[in-house]
Amino acid sequence: MAEQAIPGYKRWLEGIGEQGVFFSQFFRNIFKGGFEWSEFVRQCYEIGYKSFMLVGLTSFIMGLVLILQLRPSMVDMGAESMLPKTLAVSFIREMGPVITAIICAGKIASSIGAELGSMKVTEQIDAMEVSGANPTQYLVVTRILAVTLMVPILTLMGDVIGLFGGFLALNFTDEISFKLYFNKCIASLEFIDFLPAFVKTFFFGFAIGFVGCYKGFHSDKGTESVGLAANSAVVTASLWIFVIDAIAVQITSLLYYR
Amino acid sequence: MEETAIKYKGETQASKQEVVVDIEHLSKSFGSKEVLKDISLKIKRGENVVVLGKSGEGKSVTIQCIVGLLTPDSGTVKVFGEEVAEMSNEELKELRTKVGFLFQSGALYDSMTVRENMEFPLTRVLKMKDQAEIDKRVEEVLDAVGLLEAIDKMPSDLSGGMRKRAGLARTMIVRPEIMLYDEPTTGLDPITSREISELILQVQKKYKTTSIIITHDMDCAKITADRVVIMDDGEYIAEGSFDELKNSKDKLVRSFFNEAA
Repeated sequence: MAEQAIPGYKRWLEGIGEQGVFFSQFFRNIFKGGFEWSEFVRQCYEIGYKSFMLVGLTSFIMGLVLILQLRPSMVDMGAESMLPKTLAVSFIREMGPVITAIICAGKIASSIGAELGSMKVTEQIDAMEVSGANPTQYLVVTRILAVTLMVPILTLMGDVIGLFGGFLALNFTDEISFKLYFNKCIASLEFIDFLPAFVKTFFFGFAIGFVGCYKGFHSDKGTESVGLAANSAVVTASLWIFVIDAIAVQITSLLYYR
Repeated sequence: MEETAIKYKGETQASKQEVVVDIEHLSKSFGSKEVLKDISLKIKRGENVVVLGKSGEGKSVTIQCIVGLLTPDSGTVKVFGEEVAEMSNEELKELRTKVGFLFQSGALYDSMTVRENMEFPLTRVLKMKDQAEIDKRVEEVLDAVGLLEAIDKMPSDLSGGMRKRAGLARTMIVRPEIMLYDEPTTGLDPITSREISELILQVQKKYKTTSIIITHDMDCAKITADRVVIMDDGEYIAEGSFDELKNSKDKLVRSFFNEAA
């Protein structure tokens, strides 16, 4: 048993070590001269603009469904007027950031993992390296920074669209003006509801970009490994999102809600 | 290279030339498989050396050690007199501007057009900024490989032979002193293979490069080689000109030529 456990343990430690090296390479290359601005902007467009519809639609449906699900219980308690506040607090603090991050993990981490994995298989990354160019600077730094920047922006837009979805759902059953609904939403929120939730989305974005790039860069040389890299990127990034979320909630609770 | 070794006929004359690649007692294993077993090879400036061998014998591992993509388990690889394994990242980067590597697949960046593929090493490696000069160099190298009309095409729109030509052009654009070709004619029809082999020779003459060509294509070897090294089971078993090896009395050496015939 012990003999079998050692190689697995070693592999796990090797993996941690490789990720540490990959992180330090990423970090060093951010500050190296010759930042790839045009590739960074292209990645922001690919990652941000092309994910907007998916994030928007998902957030809209979630806002709508949450109100429809919450309403019967709130009516029973006579707390119908609290619906905008309930939605706003839950969406801004938790639902918006996590839903956006999970959607991005599915769409972006998999696409980065598959793209870099395929570049690895077809020797494009090796070709870049042997030409004397810097693949980490061109492929990794730009992608990780673009995701880290775009996930918070997508989350902000997703939050607004989700609240709008909630407004439409509330309007199916109750008459409430657009202005009153959003006034209630905004009045129920404090800065402290917004700030930690916004800050954690940068970490979500970083985790998605880092995992996608790491899995793609370290995929084996075979067509099957491209699929494995994409799949593994989604699973690992999703897991990291929940871990980061749990840590962020704990820190926020300790600091502000004691 | 013991009993079967055939001396390179230009040895005396060539030995006066500068040795640009010096491999000594190189060994490399992957897991339990020993792919290179104590091989030694010297390449002189301006030479075209073909390494012949069966697929999966570790021929490509040799050239990957030359550019520092792989690290030898033992032995030394010196390029321009400097040991590759001991080079710092900056020295390795500098070396790679002098050593071009053509991958088996061409390894074109598939998210970029042919023009952008050519511009990539110019702007990232040579740090060229003058767009007119970049355009001139791109057009010149594409013209040399007969791909000027495909300048704005995506790699996915190119045939196998065109991809190899574009890969060769991208490697040549930085004007390396040494060219390493990894199976340049694999996967191509005989006519296109011959065209690529002749192109390698033309390019070598035009840019005066030293070349190491890894292949199992006898036609390619015949067209391009000044000297042929035969590899079997991780060892170099014979060395000489194409005709010398073809007429060798050694059974194993002859088998390479008989299989092709």
